[in-house]
Amino acid sequence: MALEIELISPFDVAKDSVRAVQEYTLLAARSLANLFRRPLYMGDMLQQADLIGVGSLPIVVLTGVSIGALLALNSASTLQRFGGITLIGQLVSVGMVTELGPLITGLMVAGRNASGMASELGSMIVTEQIDAMRALGTDPTKKLVTPRVAATSFMLFFLTIISDLLGLLGGNLVASLLFGLDSRQYWTSAWQFLVFRDVFMGLVKPFLFGFIISTVGCYYGMSTRGGTQGVGRSTTQAVVASSVLILIVDFFVTKLIFAFFGVR
Amino acid sequence: MASPTAPSEIRVAAQADSSSEAIVFEDVSIAFEENVVLDGVSFRLPRGETKALFGVAGSGKSTILKMALGLQRPDSGRIFALGEEVTRMTEEELFAMRRRVGIVFQESALFDSLNVRDNVAFRLMEEHISAEEIEQRVLESLRFVELEHTIDKFPSQLSGGMRRRVAIARAIITQPEVLLYDSPTGGLDPVTSNTIVELIVKQRDVYKTSALMVTHRLQDAFTMATHQFDKTTNHMVALPKGQHAEVPMSFLLLRDGKVILDGDAKELVSSRDPYIREYIA
Repeated sequence: MALEIELISPFDVAKDSVRAVQEYTLLAARSLANLFRRPLYMGDMLQQADLIGVGSLPIVVLTGVSIGALLALNSASTLQRFGGITLIGQLVSVGMVTELGPLITGLMVAGRNASGMASELGSMIVTEQIDAMRALGTDPTKKLVTPRVAATSFMLFFLTIISDLLGLLGGNLVASLLFGLDSRQYWTSAWQFLVFRDVFMGLVKPFLFGFIISTVGCYYGMSTRGGTQGVGRSTTQAVVASSVLILIVDFFVTKLIFAFFGVR
Repeated sequence: MASPTAPSEIRVAAQADSSSEAIVFEDVSIAFEENVVLDGVSFRLPRGETKALFGVAGSGKSTILKMALGLQRPDSGRIFALGEEVTRMTEEELFAMRRRVGIVFQESALFDSLNVRDNVAFRLMEEHISAEEIEQRVLESLRFVELEHTIDKFPSQLSGGMRRRVAIARAIITQPEVLLYDSPTGGLDPVTSNTIVELIVKQRDVYKTSALMVTHRLQDAFTMATHQFDKTTNHMVALPKGQHAEVPMSFLLLRDGKVILDGDAKELVSSRDPYIREYIA
């Protein structure tokens, strides 16, 4: 039996990609503009904040402590060789606050919530619940997208702060229990080495990552086609796209802040 | 003495005054990728009438309902709902218009995360109506479909027929001027189907609501064309043969994207078109 292969024109692929970027941009812009339009669904925002923020807490706690401990463990062996074990606090604090805290928390929340949003909204699309909502006179971007975007951006900020602190705590445990470093010395060096630029960078990133996670998750959910198979495809694409976008944006934001504030 | 008006003049006058009609489609076409689904479809639904839409799967029946509500846009042609041109309205304007039109989706489309009360009350809650009034109107709507006892249940706890009835209760809670039913009896057993048909007839005869109903079941539409709702017995009753013409019920048959019949039950059964003969056989 001959195998039939359907050839796709590169022009069509390019056209679809441009259309997808355009639709994503429109959805993202509308989700922000809705924050200044009535009605504002505060109840839905609080519910999403609970689901995203409180629901993601266990995984953020676990990864925060682990990453901090691993960072301390890996850097300690090198620092010990040069007699600089006391610098471990500085290394963990800068690493966690500027980069690993926001990035790992963002990727964890992306894995958990971008997929959740895409599958929930995708299921609503295939069962005509989104059409029903529009038919009942309610704008789904106001009722479903904006609360998720606001809640994710807001809650990721606090989740990242928790992750940073727990990362420092994990580093402290490794430094004191395995390398015999005094805790007071660890915290003092960790605290004193941080400058405004580090904290600013660490607190700006979660807002951007939260926005990416929620808009990408909602975009893939709202553009689901093709029944339950389509829901599965949207879920996978949402996690992959949001993770890749987080990494790309992270690089450019770091570069931009370095350019603005200067390298240490 | 004024000269009698020619039929063509009457048609033109009726076209100009689309507000006297509940729904008007004028030369509407839509294609999905290269597949032309509707090709120059025109029809009008007078106020108070129920029109049953027939056609094979994929003939664009559900698309007609979605376009009437502005959920989908046609490629060409004009659509009017309650005198307003749907095809020219922005999404914001459509939200206001949709408050006057109710729809029952094929698979009910109830919100999974909300219980029956909140599903039925959805539109009223969005309009910030007082809790007491919402409760009273939800109970009224659920009483209409005889499902008051399910008020605290979730859609997953209901049978297919019950979900359809809750969807009807949700659609009628604001007493819309037009109702759109997408295969309301599809996939249901004959007893449940009959209950749903009776509810549609009740809505038509008691509240005089105009309706477009997509269906695959000819027998449902014929039942609706030959029965009337009796308020005293709270059931629909068969009308004597001579009174069938009084029932505000019409049939529209689609084939290859075009309307091949738009008339009453008598015109349908007396059609000589071989396709129609085969369809109703």
